[in-house]
Amino acid sequence: MTTDITGRVWVFGDSLNTDAMYPAFAMKMDVSEAARHVFHEVRPGWTDEVGGGDIVIAGRNFGVGSSRPVATLFRRLGVAALVAEEFNSLFLRNAINAGLPALTAPGVTKLFTDGDRGSFDIATGAYRNDTTGATGHAPPLPPLVLEILASGGVLARLAEQGYLPIELLDVLRSGAELGLPRMRP
Amino acid sequence: MGMTMIENLLARKAGVRKVSPGDTVTVDVDMCVMIDLQFATMWLPPSRINDPGKVAVVMDHAVPAPTLKDAAGGPRARKFVADFGIERFFDVGRHGICHQVIAENGLARPGEVLACTDSHTCAGGAYNTAARGLGPAEVYSILCTGSTWFQVAPTVRYELDGVLPEGISGKDVFLYIADAYGDATNLNLEFGGPGLGSIRLNDRRTIATQAAEISADFATFGVDDLLREFLTERGVEDYQPADADPDADYLAVRHLDLSTLEPYVARPGTVSRNGVPVSRIEPRKIDQAFIGSCANGQLEDLRIAARILRGKTVAAGVRLLVTPASQQVYRDAMRLGYLQDIADAGGVITNSTCGACFGYHMGVVGPGEVCLTSSTRNFTGRMGSTEAEIYMASPATVAASAVAGVITDPRGVTA
Repeated sequence: MTTDITGRVWVFGDSLNTDAMYPAFAMKMDVSEAARHVFHEVRPGWTDEVGGGDIVIAGRNFGVGSSRPVATLFRRLGVAALVAEEFNSLFLRNAINAGLPALTAPGVTKLFTDGDRGSFDIATGAYRNDTTGATGHAPPLPPLVLEILASGGVLARLAEQGYLPIELLDVLRSGAELGLPRMRP
Repeated sequence: MGMTMIENLLARKAGVRKVSPGDTVTVDVDMCVMIDLQFATMWLPPSRINDPGKVAVVMDHAVPAPTLKDAAGGPRARKFVADFGIERFFDVGRHGICHQVIAENGLARPGEVLACTDSHTCAGGAYNTAARGLGPAEVYSILCTGSTWFQVAPTVRYELDGVLPEGISGKDVFLYIADAYGDATNLNLEFGGPGLGSIRLNDRRTIATQAAEISADFATFGVDDLLREFLTERGVEDYQPADADPDADYLAVRHLDLSTLEPYVARPGTVSRNGVPVSRIEPRKIDQAFIGSCANGQLEDLRIAARILRGKTVAAGVRLLVTPASQQVYRDAMRLGYLQDIADAGGVITNSTCGACFGYHMGVVGPGEVCLTSSTRNFTGRMGSTEAEIYMASPATVAASAVAGVITDPRGVTA
């Protein structure tokens, strides 16, 4: 796993809650369709603009709210990492467990604006705005978290450990949608 | 320095002498609670699980199924519990909102660790349990492996003094704390002190539940006579409480004189630094009044609502929805006459579900509407339209306001 993540950044504000990212009506949809409603009210149309490898930067208390798996929607949109001044800890865990790097970087929103290119090394905490040249340093992710990310998330790790069929390893790592097994009558 | 309540608990479970903020600990999970949504989305049958005796499955968020997607989850849950011999299965008919089911069945035990796929799992902190919400993938992992990790956060202690006045509820205590101190992101909360005995168990659970709204990690109450009695009634014994050391190292100790509190309401959007005493709010007209959820659909909440509504009529143009927190609460409230009083006043009683609280079913609000809720969240769009406004208050305030048609101080109605 590369720990140095580079991409175009999108900068959001404080206290973005899980309803703003995964509204209840979207929970009735499959993951691909639900992903089109991330930030539906905060920034309508954003899901048409975000591209593979982009990085989402947010302010304080990012992800307050529900346990719903918002990170799977970000992965579906191709987002490569989340960076925030401060994360709600449940939201942070959800990201890591979905195989989506999430780095707490106090002060980061002051160094970036929409469209800048940023590089974030989650193993060292060093980051850089490649557009402006500004640099910063965040606490690196602990080894235990890096291990989960290296596996591609907690479900992929369960496949490695034999709790889930090993044939599913690649699809679990990729974050792609799983075909649910059909119930036989 | 000594350890706080949650630090003592996590250290013991991790098998180490001492933990401090910033430490990462691995702990065995004593009870893993899975909910219906887990089976409706991304469900894969596991090859093996850790221990079926440490698992419970609760049907709560979307029952009876409002969509085909949810309906498809039911058979998967039933097959899973049958395949693995899981006895603690709370299927539709003996169901309830998971945190109520956890409480009724003594699944949250003092000094133990409980994980569940719902963010309000911190409710279990009312019973001195290290309980917190985790995502579906992590709970699935705990189901398989039996353990997980936590990073220890600093603790803020609320030292409770005085006696909570009659008519003031745990909701008012929480809304005051949220307004006065704001978010507690990446912090643990601890509640204790001489005033604790005046806060009933249902009110403690409201407070612990809503720690999620201010973004806290764990919210833990100490073990006292009231809790011991509550646990004994539910067959919980042989537990090892977690207590704080006398010289525990807190980030802050905040004294709260319970006797000074009055009914509170939070304005729409967030509870954090967004509250006002009900006595000082403008007479805001409401369209929907909701009493329910894991926080405030408890039997005592329904008793309070029924007492206010008895012999009165819900105002024209207002919908009052009441959702008991479990089938057990529903049956008890029916037997005690609470549901009769509520329905006679014009209230609608729904089956037990998380439904209206998370804007999924059973009472979604429309554009331009104003809802006064006693549930858990007042985020924009939480209960339906993003163009609706959600105010939050206690069941007493919601019931009194449903009768008045505007947000109303319940003390004037009940006096």
